[in-house]
Parts: sequence; C-alpha cells; structure tokens
Amino acid sequence: MHDSLSHPSLSHQEPPHQTKAATERYFWIEPVLVGAALALFVLYSLWEVFFQVHGRYHNYLSPYFSPDLGRWLKIPVFPALWVAWVPLLFRASCYYYRREYYRAWFGSPPACAVPDRRTRYTGETRPPMVWTYFHRFFFYLSTVVVVFLWVDALHGFDFGGRFGIGLGSLLLLVDAALLSLYTFSCHAFRHLAGGNLNCYRCKPRRPRARYHLWRVISRLNQHHGLYAWISMFWVWGTAVYVRLLILGLIRDPRLLR
Amino acid sequence: MTEDGFRGREVPIWIFRGDGLSGEERQYMVELSPGMVVLDAVLYVQQHEAPDLAVRWNCKAAHCGSCGAEVNGRPRLLCKTRMDDYMRRNEAVHVGPMKTFPVIRDLVPDIRKNYEIARRIPPFTPAHPAPFQLWPEDVERLKEFRRCIECFLCQDVCHVLRDHHRLDHYMGPRFMLKLAELDMHPLDTRDRTPYVRREGGVDWCNVTRCCSDVCPEAIAITENAIIPLKERVADRYFDPIRDFWRGRSRRPAPEPPEK
Amino acid sequence: MNIDPLHYDVLIVGAGGAGLRAALAAAEEGARVAVLSKSLLGKAHTVMAEGGIAAALGNLDPYDSFDTHFYDTMKAGHFLNNYRMVSLYTQEAPDRVLELETWGAVFDRTEDGRIMQRPFGAHSFRRLAHVGDSTGKELIRTLEYKILATKRVDVYPEVITTRLFLDDNGRAAGAFCYQRDDGRFLIFSAHAVIMASGGWGRVYKVSSNSWESTGDGAAISFRAGAELMDMEMVQFHPTGMVWPPGVRGILVTEGVRGEGGLLFNSQNERFMLRYDPERKELSARDVVSRSIFREVQAGRGTPHGGAWLDISHKGPAYIKRKLPTMYEQFLKLADLDITRERFEVAPTTHYTMGGLRVEAETGATNIEGLYACGETAAGLHGGNRLGGNSLGDLLVFGRRAGLAAAAYAARRPGTSSLSYSSIEEERRRVLAPFAIESGENPYLIHAQLQQLMSTYAGIMRSGTSLTDGLGHLERLSERANRMSADGGLHFNPGWGLVFDVQNMLTLARAILTGARERRESRGAHWRTDYPDEDPEEGRRNIVQTLGPDGRIKVRDEPVPEMPPDLRRLFDDPVSPGVKRQREEASRARGSEGA
Repeated sequence: MHDSLSHPSLSHQEPPHQTKAATERYFWIEPVLVGAALALFVLYSLWEVFFQVHGRYHNYLSPYFSPDLGRWLKIPVFPALWVAWVPLLFRASCYYYRREYYRAWFGSPPACAVPDRRTRYTGETRPPMVWTYFHRFFFYLSTVVVVFLWVDALHGFDFGGRFGIGLGSLLLLVDAALLSLYTFSCHAFRHLAGGNLNCYRCKPRRPRARYHLWRVISRLNQHHGLYAWISMFWVWGTAVYVRLLILGLIRDPRLLR
Repeated sequence: MTEDGFRGREVPIWIFRGDGLSGEERQYMVELSPGMVVLDAVLYVQQHEAPDLAVRWNCKAAHCGSCGAEVNGRPRLLCKTRMDDYMRRNEAVHVGPMKTFPVIRDLVPDIRKNYEIARRIPPFTPAHPAPFQLWPEDVERLKEFRRCIECFLCQDVCHVLRDHHRLDHYMGPRFMLKLAELDMHPLDTRDRTPYVRREGGVDWCNVTRCCSDVCPEAIAITENAIIPLKERVADRYFDPIRDFWRGRSRRPAPEPPEK
Repeated sequence: MNIDPLHYDVLIVGAGGAGLRAALAAAEEGARVAVLSKSLLGKAHTVMAEGGIAAALGNLDPYDSFDTHFYDTMKAGHFLNNYRMVSLYTQEAPDRVLELETWGAVFDRTEDGRIMQRPFGAHSFRRLAHVGDSTGKELIRTLEYKILATKRVDVYPEVITTRLFLDDNGRAAGAFCYQRDDGRFLIFSAHAVIMASGGWGRVYKVSSNSWESTGDGAAISFRAGAELMDMEMVQFHPTGMVWPPGVRGILVTEGVRGEGGLLFNSQNERFMLRYDPERKELSARDVVSRSIFREVQAGRGTPHGGAWLDISHKGPAYIKRKLPTMYEQFLKLADLDITRERFEVAPTTHYTMGGLRVEAETGATNIEGLYACGETAAGLHGGNRLGGNSLGDLLVFGRRAGLAAAAYAARRPGTSSLSYSSIEEERRRVLAPFAIESGENPYLIHAQLQQLMSTYAGIMRSGTSLTDGLGHLERLSERANRMSADGGLHFNPGWGLVFDVQNMLTLARAILTGARERRESRGAHWRTDYPDEDPEEGRRNIVQTLGPDGRIKVRDEPVPEMPPDLRRLFDDPVSPGVKRQREEASRARGSEGA
C-alpha cells in the first residue's frame, strides 16, 4: 500500500472527548459477584485443605479428599493437599475461569469497553500467567481424579456391604457427573480431540472418529462456563455437606435402606 | 414490529463533532421513523442540519462493516443498532467514534494501521493450485472465520489495544481470526505457529472475550480462533510429552523468517 | 499547492472486484499500479453481492458447459449482448473461480469435495459457485488479501476522482483526485487508466446500491470523450426489502428463490405461474420484476406495495445454513423471522447493464489508453443481466483489462504529460462549492434527482414520461450548478456529494436519452408505448457521446453478428446442455425399452 497509510496530520493521542460510557451503568455488579464467589470458594478450599485432617464420613468421602492419596501414602500432614491441587490448578488455568478472574479480580478489563484498571499489563506473556499454557497437563491429571470420584461416588451407595441410598450418595454421584462434564468439555481436550487437525477427511485413511469427537466436545465446550459454575457450587455444597456430617451437625437422611 | 410506536416523534441525539485535537458532543433533533437505526439518524442529521458531518457507511445492511462506532460507549455497527431499543429504555443516544483509533473527524476514525497489519501476514500458500478437493467438514470451521466483515469493532474493544495501546505487540482479535483461518486451512503449507506467537503476539490476549461479545457477525473469536491458536502454541512450546511421543524428527522444519 | 503528479504505469479507478482483479493482472505483468478506492479497501459494493459466481464448472450437472452458459446469457440479455464478450466470459469464468480458490477463497462444498453450485434465475443448470449468501464478501476479501500481499500495487483508500486527464494526443494520461480524510489533492499521471468504478444505482430512489455507486468512472470518462452504450438498460432486481423505510431497497438475494422461495400476491396466488409457467420464480430478473410491478399496479400488492416471498417451508435449519445473512438481516432490521414468516419484497434498482463501450477482448474504450471493466463497462449483459454473471464479469474482464492496460503501458513511450492549466482549472472547479454563498444543498438535489428518475425512467417508461423527465432534469441541472459545500476539507461528505451528484446528473441524462431512443420493450427496458420487442430495434446498440457544446450525440452501433455456429444454438428452444441431457435420457429410455 501507499505511504499515506501512516498519516502525518493526525496526532495519535487519545481523542479528547468521548461519549459517556454510561449505558452499562451497572457493569460492576457482575465482576463484584463473580469475584466474591470465587474468593469465597478459594478460601473455603484452603480451609478444607489446610485445616482438616480427614474427609471421610463412613462410606462418604468429601470430594476434596478423593482419592485419599494422603492416607494411602501415609503422609500425616494436609492429607487433602496431595490431590486437591490438581482440580484447583485445573480451574485456575481454565480458559473460562481466566475470563472470570481477569475481569473480577484484576479488572483487566472489568467489563467490555470499560477502562482496564491496571496500567501495567503483560497479558499471558510471562510467569506466572504464561504457565496457563500447561492447562492440558492439569486436564490429564484431572481425568485421573475424575475416575476416583466415580469410584468414591459408587462407594457412597455401599452402606456396610449393603446397597443403600442416602442424600450424600446422590450428592456425590451428581458431583462426579458434573465434574466429568466440566472436565471433558475443556478447551484443551477439545483441541486434543480434533481441534489440532487441519483436515478431517482430506487424508483418506484418517478416521472420521476424530472429527465426530471434536464436534461433540465442541458442542459441550459451548457450555463450559455453565458447567464450571454448576460443578464448582456442587463440589462446594457436597464438601460442606460431608463436613457437617463429620462435625455431627446434621444427619444424613437415608432414602433407601 | 413496533410499527408506529415511536413514529414521527422528535428525539435528541448527541453526536461527537471534532477531530483528533478537539471536539465536543453536539445535540441534534431527529424525527423517528419505524425501524430506524442509529445510522439513519446520523444520515438524517447530515441531510438536514450538518452536511459536513463525517461518518463512514456503505451498505446499510451490516455486510460491509464500514459504520463501526460507539453508541453510549459500546462498540456497535450504526446500521444494526436500532433507535427504538434506546427509546424503549428511555435512554439518550450518544454517538462517538471508535475510541481505540485516532479520530480523523467526527465519527470517522483512522484505521489504516489495521491494513498495515493485514499486509504483514504471510498469505495463503497452497501446495498446488486449485481445483482443490475439500470436504464440507474441512471448510466448516473456516467459514465462520471468513464471515468477518472487517468492521474492527473487536480491535476497538480489545483492552490490549484500547487501554494499553499494544498494537505493536499484539495484532488484535481480527488478525488472530485471520491467522486461525490460514493455519486451519487444510491446504495451507506454512507452519504458522511461531508467527502466531512472536509476530501475532497471541500471549497478550487474556481471553476475556469482549471481542466475541461485540462481533456483529457473532463470530466466536475467542473460543474458535484465539484459544485454538493458544493450544497450538502449547503444542509447540509447552508440551514436552507430545514432543517425546511424536519424536523430534517428525516436527515440521522451521520456516525461514518472513522478510 | 503541491501538484507534483504521482507516476504509475496503470491507474485504476475503483477498488471493487473488477478494479482489484485488474490490479493483480497488471502487477503480474510487471506494471506499477495505483488503485483508487472511494471507500476503504474491501468495502466496495462487490461486498454486497450475495448469490454467487456463475461459471459452468459442471460440478453438479455434468451436462453444463460453456455453450449452455453462453446460450442462457445471450437469451437473458435479449441478444443485445456483445456475443464475443459472452463467449470469452463463459469460457474463462471457471478458471477465474478456481483461481480465487487458489488464493484462499473457501466456497461451499459438495459431498465429494468439489465446489458447490446453486440454481439461479434463468440458468439452465445449477451453476453458481457460492459461499452461503455472502459470495461477494468472499470474493472481495480474497482479492483484498491478495492485493495486500502483492508488491507494485499501491492502494489509495478514500479517494474521490473528479476528472480524467488526456494528453495532447487525446490519450488517457492521468486523473485528478482528492483524499477524503484531509482533502489533499492527488494528481496521478499514468500510461493507462482503467475505469472500474461500478454502476450508478444511486440515481434511483429505491436502490440496493451503496452511496458509492454514483458512476464516477463512467461519468468522468464520458465527459472526457468516451462513448456510453445501452444506458437505457437498468436492472431492477425483483426482490428488495420494503419495510421498514430505513432498509427500503436493500437486496434480498435471488438465492432465496434459488433455494426454493415462492412469491405470492395479496390474494395468496402464486402469480409467477401465470407470468412464466415454465421457470416460475426462477425466471429472468426483468420478468419477475415486471410481474411483481404488475401485481402491485393491479391492486394485488402487499400492505407496503410489494409481493410476499416465502421460504419458511424449507425449515429453520436449512434456511439458517444456506441463507444466514438474510435470516440475520430480517431479524435485526425488520424484526421478522424468515424461517417462520413470509416477508414483503419489491423491485429495487440493482445493476446498470449499460456503461462505457469497450472492445470485448481488452476492455479498451474509444479513448486510447483508457480501459473499462466490470459494471462500468457495457456489452456483456445486453438487455438484462443474469444473476451470478456480475461477479464472474468482474474477474474475467477485470483480468483482461489489467493485462491489456499493462501491455499498453509498456508499449507507450515516455511519461504522460499533464497540462498545468487543466490541473489548475480542475483544482478551482473542485474548490468552487465552498465559494458559493447560500447555494443549493446537494442532498436535496440528489433526493430530487432520485425522485425524478424513479418517476420518469423507472421500471416502466413511455416516450412522454422520458421527454418530461429530460425537461425536469434540465431544470434540476441548472440548479445543481449552484450546489455548495459547508465546513472544511477534512472528511466532508457534503462536499464529496457535489461531485457525486454532478456525475449522476450526467448519467441520468444518458439514461433518459437512451431510453427515449429505444422504441421497443426489451429486457429491463419496458416502454408502455412500445410494449413489444422490435427485431429492427434489437439489431442496434444505442451509443452516446458528449459533444463539446455539452449536448449528447446519439448514434446506432450494430449489435455484433454471431458467427453461424453460435447463431445455430438458438434454433433450439432449449439450451445445448439441456438438449444433450434430454437426448441422453431418451437414449437411455430407448435402450431400456429394447
């Protein structure tokens, strides 16, 4: 193109006056709610991990302690820590949660077309944020955790060798299901399932299965944010429920003996 | 349809008048008509009160992407933004130019830098000329990217460019979309991942998804272009296990640097 | 003032499909090229083309071939076409489509991985290579990025061209322009100039065209002595949006009917069965437009004066996949869901078949060194353009004009000399609107011109209406001499409109003159006083030139005579491809019977 592309007569400073960013006067409501919810969840999680030594109530195992690696390895301190870091870092590096906490905690930006609260911004170019590129490893590890969650959820129906259903069993079962949905709708998995391919049919012997898998994951992935929230609150709720049982503050209603 | 709800009513509209150095909002009166969009109102002002009011527009049907501006601080296509939406909410209408770019005059920004970036991107490089054999499954993903009308509202809203002025480091959402389209084309032979990271600056994006929010063509820029590009970067630079499995010899040879 | 001219081998006025394709061709030949774009790069009116590119690839219908496409195009053009252009076009279009694909265009695909083709009005077969309903966007985006990656091509965005300069020998030598953003004057000198500035649909009130389509290239060439041809032929697309008023005229792609959309009048009658029982909704555009117009005239129109178009029977999923833009356009701008409801359509000014008279092979005009292509040029479409033939036109003749201009530029010795006095004269003329005190408002003159043309030279004309129109136009032109501009030089649309309106007045006069001259109804030209085709009239193209006194001179030019082998194609009532298909089918039946 021609040199007049770089225009000499225009100053490249900000235009002096802009229309008021007035429409979304209540833009701050969302980041405040999200920020508070995430912060409370993190605080609760830290409390579970660092201040609790066991998470078992008969056949129920709190999701924070599943699998109960700390006890298997006979490590006396912080038994939950040996597993809980996986789902926590999986969520911390998740493409959806990143959107939420960048907006809510860092105000980068708080909402669209609202000025960024930070003056220095490096995006995800340097540590620690550049480590979010390791998201897929947390995905791999999370799939292992999910397997144990299912195992422990099934244990939740085993009342001393006899099948039964308590409220806790159902909570644990749904918990495992929601975490599976969240885990397998992950962006990294979408990529590994087929997003990394440039053609699905152009190589004659390439299995179309990758294409169909990618399609399914892509569809799930559209609701990844929803699954993220529901599963988070469900884990939270389940953990609180089991904790309250352990503390003896409530009783587990048995629905089927 | 709100057939006659607001017909014939005179309403005020505030339009930014000025250039890169100074300017102010001015109030004009506009006669509403059914289905009126903000561009209609601006052209009404142009015809009746201010013949020199500068605004870019072409097709008036959201195909060309010329009339990007900000209505009440929100990046929008003027031809697709209905007046009655604001009237119904009893909201005043303020129209200003896109904030991220220098103003030439009134509602017209200087967006030539976007074309400079476009010129830098290595073009599509197929192994052989058409006819191609390309299946519907393989072009499906590209079609979304090619819906782009180059209104540059995504470039406008992206905080990396809007607040941090990092166009020198990060090409912006429009061009992430372009790079994704080229990289995912089944017949493109270039290895573009290093380019996406270094020249494209994909690391600067923090996936807050405002570009997708404002896209008038409803392209999921972040989900379908930027995140997949980031995953490709992860493949290349952050995945030792994958390297181990694939064996280093099977990696494509690094490309000579672009001019 | 800086009047140092910028030198180029080839100067191209217009950055739509034709201009960009011409630039690529010229640059490939080694020429240094400047492209003048009235708006930003990639925003030209080409972006609005929806349906597709007509090319006889035969991907879906193997009986399709270039002679079938030739047959369809000539027949739809009512034999006013230059057959040589049609023949070149139909033979080269497939290559041009494939070339786009090589450059990165992504067409819709068939199940076996080839370019998908869709049926369209008056095409014998499924022929239009398309990308959903935004083929024009795909075309221009592809060319845009190809241009950006091409050295030797400079694109000047937002430049208004006001005058074509000739040198002392009467050869095209350059142009006078100004930049919209800061009002700076640009003087170009070039060995060859290509006019690729599109049509002049904005002459009419209800139009699918963007503000740019004011025929600048045709008008300034006409003033410099170039010949205009077939100016009476203005295509009214049958389906423009009708309601709400702000979107009146915006195109509803023929693809809606191509994909199965049906037309109804207010009495729920599928009236196209009456007007063209054979091809029904997919008849030629002139036929469908006239049919809708007649229905409205007969009092069977919709509430806002049109016809109902209904595609809802195709189901939401299909509509959203094949016509996403239309779905979105109606939902957003008219609060109407076309997957569930029918909608109103009415004819809208869409395309100008006439334009600069050019040589078929090169696009050369009667002025040495001046070329034209795309909608600015006349000859390919004759009396009516087939849908899908314009995008192909841009590519085929854009390339041809680019090659020819580059070759001419290489042949032409020395630099083109511009006379200082003509530059100075034009500079004064361009600045004049600022000096006029309380002059005419160009917006108002434009609106009155549009009203005038729609009234006197619209879809239906007569000798009296055209004569009256010319009289009114005379008076309007006089007032237009006093059009004035307010404000400064920086991005001043009111100032720019002065020149647009001048160009449109010039072309409007040519439309009225040509229409009065053609005493018959043919193709898009419908005269109530001469309701039928006249074989004698059909043998001539009406050519107009501007005399030094400012009067238009009209002369006849015989329509080029087809050689016998091509002529013979039309002895059959059906196209060659359809004929072959039927023969094959009857042979197959015959062998089955035996």
